[in-house]
Amino acid sequence: MKHNLILRFIAKYFFPVIALFALYVQFHGDYGPGGGFQAGVILSVAFIFYALVFGMKTTEQVLPFGVLRILASTGVLIYAGTGVVTMLMGGNFLDYDTLSLHPLQGQHIGIIVIELGVGITVSAVMLMIFYAFANRENHD
Amino acid sequence: MIEQNLCLLLVVIPLLAAPITAMLPNGKLPWLMTLTVTWLCFTLASWQLSIVIDGSVISYELGGWSPPWGIEYRIDAMNALVALIVAGIAAITLPYALRTVEKEIPLQQTSLFYSAFLLCLVGLLGIAQTGDVFNLFVFLEISSLSSYVLIAMGKQRRALTAAYQYLIMGSIGATFLLIGIGLIYAETGTLNMQDLHLRLQPILDHRTVHTGFAFIVVGIALKLALFPLHLWLPNAYKYSPSAVSVFLSATATKVAVYIMLRMVFTVFSSEFFKITPAENIFLLLGVFGVIVASIAAIYQNDIKRILAYSSIAQISYMVLGMGQASVLGVTATLVHVFNHALMKGALFMAAGAIVYRVGTSKLDSLNGIGRQMPWTFTAIFIAGLSLIGIPGTAGFISKWYFILAALEQQSWLIALVILLGSLFSVVYMWKILEVMFFRPATETDLPVSEAPLSMLIPMWTLVLANIYFGINTELTVNVADTAVKLLGVVTYHE
Amino acid sequence: MIDIIIGHYNYWIVILLMMAGFYTVINRGNLIKKIAGLNIFQTSVFLLYISIGYVEGGTTPIIADGFTIYSNPLPHVLILTAIVVGVSTTALGLALVVRIKEAYGTIEEDEIHDQDMSL
Repeated sequence: MKHNLILRFIAKYFFPVIALFALYVQFHGDYGPGGGFQAGVILSVAFIFYALVFGMKTTEQVLPFGVLRILASTGVLIYAGTGVVTMLMGGNFLDYDTLSLHPLQGQHIGIIVIELGVGITVSAVMLMIFYAFANRENHD
Repeated sequence: MIEQNLCLLLVVIPLLAAPITAMLPNGKLPWLMTLTVTWLCFTLASWQLSIVIDGSVISYELGGWSPPWGIEYRIDAMNALVALIVAGIAAITLPYALRTVEKEIPLQQTSLFYSAFLLCLVGLLGIAQTGDVFNLFVFLEISSLSSYVLIAMGKQRRALTAAYQYLIMGSIGATFLLIGIGLIYAETGTLNMQDLHLRLQPILDHRTVHTGFAFIVVGIALKLALFPLHLWLPNAYKYSPSAVSVFLSATATKVAVYIMLRMVFTVFSSEFFKITPAENIFLLLGVFGVIVASIAAIYQNDIKRILAYSSIAQISYMVLGMGQASVLGVTATLVHVFNHALMKGALFMAAGAIVYRVGTSKLDSLNGIGRQMPWTFTAIFIAGLSLIGIPGTAGFISKWYFILAALEQQSWLIALVILLGSLFSVVYMWKILEVMFFRPATETDLPVSEAPLSMLIPMWTLVLANIYFGINTELTVNVADTAVKLLGVVTYHE
Repeated sequence: MIDIIIGHYNYWIVILLMMAGFYTVINRGNLIKKIAGLNIFQTSVFLLYISIGYVEGGTTPIIADGFTIYSNPLPHVLILTAIVVGVSTTALGLALVVRIKEAYGTIEEDEIHDQDMSL
């Protein structure tokens, strides 16, 4: 598909726009619709669009499969790790009040950190599913 | 700090371990990590049972939000028993799994296999610990999704279709459960089990509540493999890897029995259960399940399929006990949940050992194996005695309680069906034992040696536990009694 | 009578979608159509939850200046979780279908059944 000029242009120039929108949705989950899951899917869409136009080999040079596996595990560990940190600070699991001196600020910090974990995991997993399906063609 | 957060650590420790295991290099390291985590969970689960065995209840608020606004983990004797069974079976399966996983799973998938195993453990333990119905649905889906993955890792290609069929039927069951939860949420506005119980009491005659109850019961019955909805179970148990068969057969359906008990007796109440047709339906389907599944088991010629149909029959016993809706009936169900996990765990471990040495589980290829694998054969013999219900084994205790429960309600037909089920199990266990011991080995069969020690020791631990819990019933019966008192089951004498 | 149909139109839509999805799962033999039917079935459940969470005159359940009535936020959160579960189930089902196609050469259920029975 990379011989088509329009697709090549759009894929190159829209990739940062989509990624920026994904980050906007991620961090504005407190104030509007959004949050980790939606942002993760949008970010993975950016990469999938690029891979559809330029091919799997180019995309795998940027994001190899092993890196995605580590990213997916890291997101879950961030989420569960925040819960463990709140337990170590003396509260119950995921009791965000303990994360900062002011309970309200603790709630904000807690939500942002776990949504970050969710966003990382979801985008990595969506890309891993795409890689698994797309690489299947080579085995036939 | 550990004691304060105990009931939560049981879920969080495997949850932290699962992504770490996915990142480890393939080989023995994921197995070692999973072994440590499951043994840790087993110690935590035994500690938890020792705290609640006298009837006290642990209540833990997630996130510091008190119920009913927040999610609550509420542990009483029944939860602790189910958590102990799940953690115990997982701890016993891991030493067994080392050899079978090496043989059956390709090397580059080993770390992902153990990661999926840990996620299944997280889901099952989470179901046992939680006190919130939507949290229950989420953990149920976590355990179901990971079990679909585990079953699909079997060597033959039929494992894929078995996993697909289980996926479709399991997802329909979980969605029915979700519809039921939505309907009772619409009526009461809360998702906490204790709060639902209080708020449902004045509105029990609304049609929405009855519909929600029907959806919940049918959804859980799909996961339970109750008689007409059991079609996924034989293929799923036959084609999955040996370690997965042991783990899933001994835990997944028992946890579904626990969910049914929790929803029917805690959220709704036993008086409500009596006025719905669900009680008679359970009795009817239980009777059919015992007879049809036992007869189907007799006609199979593959040892894993015989054990799978036998599992369906044993689940039908538990549903019969629930259908009695009396104190003795529910006690019998809880005791059988514990004992059946021990029995089926041992039997599937023996079947896995046979597959490891011989390569197949078809009865035609097993002529005279018993004489070449004496320890495995004796394990099948003793576990088979327990399945039939011979005095001195754990199976006898559960059958005794079932018959007592049926006689107390004067249902002679049910007692007859229970005895008939035992008779059928004699026939199909004898079929296995006869082929293994009394037939001479044909010329085409290669000589096999005994199963390796790492598989024999867990097998014999479960077999000896069968005999121990058949003689010293203090643990199981005490816990079951405490649990039933807390459930609030009321016996009606007709 | 009219009130039952028009007043509760959200429930009628839920029932329509639920039955359409469930029928597709049971009746169709193509494995991918079964997964599509399962998705429709799950979508109807999401609509059930969200439609019962609506409060008359309420706005989206995010705190904003100038609004006092909000819709119930709990069903929205429950459905977010349920959507993720549904997506995971669909992804897993489709991965299984890809592997089945490689192993059997077909994705029609009766042909797969014939291949299994003939062995």
